[in-house]
Amino acid sequence: MYPTPRFLPSGDCALTVEFDSRISAEASEAVVALDRAIAAAAISGVRETVPTYRSLLVFFDPPTIRRAALVSAIAALWPVGEQGKTAGRRWRIPVAFGGAHGEDLPLVAETHGLSEAAVVEIYLSSAYRVAMIGFAPGFAYLSGLDPRLETGRRTEPRRATPPRSVSIGGVQTAISPPLSLPSGWQMIGRTPVRSFDLSRRVPFLFEAGDDIRFERVDAAEYDALDQRAAAGEPVARREDG
Amino acid sequence: MRGHLTVIDGGFSTTVQDRGRTGSQRFGVSACGAMDLASLAIANALVGNAEDAAALELTFSGGAYRVDADALRIAVAGAAMPLMLDGAPADPQRSHTVGRGTRIDIGPSASGVRAYLAVSGGVATQPVLASRSTHLRSAIGGYEGRALRGGDELPVGGTGPTGVDRRLRHDRRPYFGGVIRIVPGPQDDAFADGALDLLTSGRYRISPQSDRMGAVLSGPSLPFRGGFNLVSDGVTMGSIQVPGHGRPIVLLSDRQTTGGYPKIATVTTPDLGKFAQRRPNERVVFHAVSPDEAEERYIAWRAALDDIPDWLEPA
Repeated sequence: MYPTPRFLPSGDCALTVEFDSRISAEASEAVVALDRAIAAAAISGVRETVPTYRSLLVFFDPPTIRRAALVSAIAALWPVGEQGKTAGRRWRIPVAFGGAHGEDLPLVAETHGLSEAAVVEIYLSSAYRVAMIGFAPGFAYLSGLDPRLETGRRTEPRRATPPRSVSIGGVQTAISPPLSLPSGWQMIGRTPVRSFDLSRRVPFLFEAGDDIRFERVDAAEYDALDQRAAAGEPVARREDG
Repeated sequence: MRGHLTVIDGGFSTTVQDRGRTGSQRFGVSACGAMDLASLAIANALVGNAEDAAALELTFSGGAYRVDADALRIAVAGAAMPLMLDGAPADPQRSHTVGRGTRIDIGPSASGVRAYLAVSGGVATQPVLASRSTHLRSAIGGYEGRALRGGDELPVGGTGPTGVDRRLRHDRRPYFGGVIRIVPGPQDDAFADGALDLLTSGRYRISPQSDRMGAVLSGPSLPFRGGFNLVSDGVTMGSIQVPGHGRPIVLLSDRQTTGGYPKIATVTTPDLGKFAQRRPNERVVFHAVSPDEAEERYIAWRAALDDIPDWLEPA
């Protein structure tokens, strides 16, 4: 991570605040902390922010605040104190692994010389954090994948993958929203949890900075949870507050 | 709701758009919105709407519509598409008050790509995440999240037209030519020396692989400075992203919220409208400006949009 954030122009009404050139846990934490600090400071003229792995994109309204003033206001918030580093929400996400629910689990196991059960065990033992939501509505990119499970993307991306897939792409892992998306990632499982549902009062479940733990469910449990989720129940369990 | 605008023929690709969806990009939801915001603002002003009302964005050709409301004021602004009311040619860039049963035909554009059909009271489809804009890829917003087709019934808001029809003053007719100003960054340092000079050399054209998500440019490949890390970060309207093949892509309204390739520069907001009006194979001459100059131009552009109602005169 850079010693101090870099302020990079993204046109006439957006500013990129970059913490690293690579993916790092420190950069991701810094992005989330600064995002929360900017929201708390309620800087006039900030229209919206987009937290990502290594940078925060800040959209602003030039007639209300000029870029130079915005840079000063953000620089004054850095470094964010301990109170800005409060943990995000903690979620327990049920996943059915392998078989029809994760057709690439055998390939991931074979790639690493592991059994499918060992891959699942390693996958479940890690604590994950939502690093960013991107690519599609509610698509959650997670940091925290065990390096033993890092698996390259497919050479031929699939045009459509099952909604709510849990997948691995290189050092990244992700939870798909309830949409069928094109992807070159390895599909290892599927969750009944809808990360995005416009009929809910709160359409989006996850936000950058949330902590995620996965728990294994079998096919029958998956089907039961899926039915409840389809009826509008949030089958993801929140473990904080 | 006072009635409908019924679609007879949706044209090449017509969607409901307003100024876009603010506040949900952090959840991966595309901003969407009109590709040419100034033309949308003119169309709305002509029919007496606020700037944030939703209208129809017409692409290459407009299609045919029927007024199923007692009275409606309509206007077309943006790309030069011929307008016919009940089969008789009618002037664009002005409003027309039309009665129930009137047939509106909007032909192929002679120049430019996108025109806006505004109706008094606005297109009153249900807002989704604070906007009526359509995102085709995720099927969010607008009319069932898709392009319009025959038989669709678009609800119209408001209480009906008041006052007289108005037209855009001649000296305020939009000009879509000229250079497209860009601000270098945020990742211009990922490119070899000379890459920015190449980008601003005037050797690029809009390729046919262009849509509301982005415009792929044809022209010389931009050289990278050694390798680069493929780490996704946030993108904005006008981000010029360069994939491994080196050909730049200008990200537009329906872009994804994040992108994994280095972004050499960003098209400035006041020039995005005319960029979006360039047709396939038309030339694009980029001109680099400083962030400060770009901001000053943005402020002037924004103030000009606020003045649009003053650019109108009785028709």
